[in-house]
Amino acid sequence: MILYRVISAVIYILVGGLIAGLLAGLDRKFSARMQGRRGPSVFQPFYDVAKLFSKETLSLNGGQFVIAFSFLLLMILTGALFFAGVDILLVFLALSTAAMFLVFAATSSNSAMSTMGAQREMMQMLAYEPMVLITAVGFYMATGIMNGGTGSFKIIDIATSDIPSIIYLPGIFLGFLFILTIKFRKSPFDISTSHHAHQELVKGVTTDLSGRNLGMIEVAHWYENTFLLGVVALFFLSNDWWSIPLAVVATLIVYFFETIIDNISARVKWELMVKLAWGVTIVCGGLNLLVLEYIF
Amino acid sequence: MELFIALLILFPFLAAVCQAVVKNNTVRKVSVYISSAVIIAATIVFVVLNFGKEQSFIPTDFKIGGFDVVGTVNYGMLAIEFILMGIITYLSFKYKKYYAALLSIVQTCFIAWLELSGNAHAVNDYLFCDNLTLILCLMIAVVGGLICVYAVGYLKDYHHHHGSEVKDRRSFFCAMLFVFLGAMFGIVFSANLIWMYFFWEITSVVSFLLIGYTKTKEAVDNSFRALWMNLLGGVGFAAAIGYAALKLHIFNLKDLVNAADPAIEIPLICLALAALTKSAQLPFSRWLMGAMVAPTPSSALLHSATMVKAGIYLLIRIAPAMTGNIVGLTVALIGGFTFFVASIRAITHTDGKKVLAYSTISNLGLIVACCGVGITETIWAAIFLMMFHCVSKSLLFQTVGSVEHATGSRNIEDMHGLIKRYPALAVAMTIGIAGMYLAPFGMLISKWSALQAFVDAGNIILVLLLAFGSATTLFYWTKWISKLLAYARPTIRRKDTTSLDQWISIAGHTVMMVALCLVFPFLSGSLVTPIVNSLYGIADFKPVLSDENLYILILMIIVLALVIVIGFIATRFMKTKQTTIYMSGIDTGDERHYVGAFDEERTMYHANWYLSDLIGTDRLMTVATWVAAAGFIIGAVLTIGGVL
Repeated sequence: MILYRVISAVIYILVGGLIAGLLAGLDRKFSARMQGRRGPSVFQPFYDVAKLFSKETLSLNGGQFVIAFSFLLLMILTGALFFAGVDILLVFLALSTAAMFLVFAATSSNSAMSTMGAQREMMQMLAYEPMVLITAVGFYMATGIMNGGTGSFKIIDIATSDIPSIIYLPGIFLGFLFILTIKFRKSPFDISTSHHAHQELVKGVTTDLSGRNLGMIEVAHWYENTFLLGVVALFFLSNDWWSIPLAVVATLIVYFFETIIDNISARVKWELMVKLAWGVTIVCGGLNLLVLEYIF
Repeated sequence: MELFIALLILFPFLAAVCQAVVKNNTVRKVSVYISSAVIIAATIVFVVLNFGKEQSFIPTDFKIGGFDVVGTVNYGMLAIEFILMGIITYLSFKYKKYYAALLSIVQTCFIAWLELSGNAHAVNDYLFCDNLTLILCLMIAVVGGLICVYAVGYLKDYHHHHGSEVKDRRSFFCAMLFVFLGAMFGIVFSANLIWMYFFWEITSVVSFLLIGYTKTKEAVDNSFRALWMNLLGGVGFAAAIGYAALKLHIFNLKDLVNAADPAIEIPLICLALAALTKSAQLPFSRWLMGAMVAPTPSSALLHSATMVKAGIYLLIRIAPAMTGNIVGLTVALIGGFTFFVASIRAITHTDGKKVLAYSTISNLGLIVACCGVGITETIWAAIFLMMFHCVSKSLLFQTVGSVEHATGSRNIEDMHGLIKRYPALAVAMTIGIAGMYLAPFGMLISKWSALQAFVDAGNIILVLLLAFGSATTLFYWTKWISKLLAYARPTIRRKDTTSLDQWISIAGHTVMMVALCLVFPFLSGSLVTPIVNSLYGIADFKPVLSDENLYILILMIIVLALVIVIGFIATRFMKTKQTTIYMSGIDTGDERHYVGAFDEERTMYHANWYLSDLIGTDRLMTVATWVAAAGFIIGAVLTIGGVL
């Protein structure tokens, strides 16, 4: 078992970034087709990042490299811990520590765009953080119900439960989908930075990052996305073999669902984002937890 | 060992007298250093000698050579209580705040009647000591002692800055700090409720005197607010003693907790009232906000090693008796509610000390919630939260104080780019903040196990409060750190005026903060687990955090440290072109100005978000205060109704 867990983490470190890069390419293709365009090659994200690394790096200060590098490594560590099947709370805590470094990368610049992007990034964290913790608690309670005793926060236990956790966690799944839009930086919640440099904040948090530093941030986002999709898959995994294809299909559906949302919605103001996210968290997440506690 | 304990309690009082009579600043500085060193050294020796032991001292028939020590001490305490009552009454009449006098007279007379009428014949030991006592002793001695050292340097600056506005009463201030330490030692060693009450009252009065140090109108008003709230808690304490003594014939904290009688819920809710006021929980949070008018060392002391921790200490002691009853539920919900509301309120403040104060209230709320739930796992978390909070909050107050003296402002906005201007202070402050909320520091680990324990206890409301409160906590700390770490080129370079006295304390705290994280598994295994076992009378408590998780956390510390070190070395060798910020082409090139719409040069100013239009009014706190008050009253009524 331990060997399996290590292998899974190593595979993530090796190809975790590539998978999300490829998905990003598919995402662009898919969006383009929806808009009646041909769209770039599915490998375009890789060409973009390769170009970033080949360019001269302009930097405001030495700190930018350290911060971007820390962000990348912590993000890989977060995902690796997830795929190694450790405690899910630990993974989520590592995730928020990693996310912090993106804020620091932005505020280390004195640019108005960057600084404002950082404030919005923090607002996004404020919006999604409660749901993230509640998701972990939900998994814990679901495993508890399935074992008929105390639950487990360990991802390996959650992924090998008797039936897929989503049966017990429909509300929490919906809530998680909601904040996934924020985490994926998709419209309507791409307020701190977007995939397109034409918003009022230029590129928000990454405005003043360039070349190698920006490339590292991009790669870190790929790793982050693969990890987040892993969490989606976790809702569908159980100890039956068929849960694996089920999880893969469900994850892909979720990803393209996010793409559709991205294409059909306009960016909202941060106030609305926080209110919506917290509202959904309380209604979907809170109710789901209450049902698990008092009905099962 | 009785003598050793007596020395620990009495020495700070003796030191206080020393500071009070010495008027020469240099001589007093030496005497503060010596006193603090003696207290720290004596405590460490005491801890080493008594580590892992559970012992009681001074039984009721304790005599030295036929001389009735206990009786004499009791009369002495009573006399001092009347003196304190006299001081309060005099000051209340002087400043026309009569209600404080009333509260003080009521409780002092009641306790005096109880003792003199012979209803308070103690039937068990007066003092005791176990691992929990030892942890508190270390906190009081090391953190408190260092704060006294810090105060020496700080007050010199303080009076230099404030000139003739504030009367120089430094000797009084230092004396009060030491009295505080002595009273705290008294609280943690007392087994007898009346003795504990005596020291409890001293902390109330001393904090009142410290808050009123500057004697401005604001200071006087705030000090009286602190006084009446704490005296109200004192009335609760006295009521608990009265009910326990008259109805239940219990005089000892341990007997009260272990009693099988359901009627103990009445003294428990009264003690909870006392603890909630002392720990500044809603609805009694306002006194701690007002306490900031005092010079920073007193804030550091009130928020970290003393005062608010006295309330927590009492709650941890009575937690086993609160498991699963209405008292526990009331305390847990008030704690969780306070955690959430205070963390929201912390977002709206730009004043560093105010943010720290709200964060104290908020974190204490979490600890209180842990105590209220009262199962072994939450007590484990509560003890760790208490320790980490103590060190990092003390560190933060001191760095904010030093930054204020260096830059003339304690506004977080003015700390923009502090890392460039005062690197050492900024690093210390960053470590302090990281200690409050970031993985892999201890505070977060404890919060995490609290979450797990709340789920196990089946309290979903607390889980939700914790989830939302964590998000708001994340927000206000992150924006503070991001201000510190901003790479702004300084316009003016000022000298770091932080004196050696202050540095000794700040450096000491920083080292402790990091060390605590590294020895976390050891502390858990050898210190905290035995406490939980002994409080609950079990032998096999296992913390919710598995070893695997602890190893991963240590791995994270190492990875993070390596990355940052390697990163900084690597930047020295990397080819990077220096550039200026991107401002859509309207910047003037110095990163400080831009060209406005009328072609004129304007200064750039970046501010953090404080959401003041959303949650910026005091209405939130007012509503929350009333909600909490109503909640407590309902809890108390249900408890009393359930017993009677």
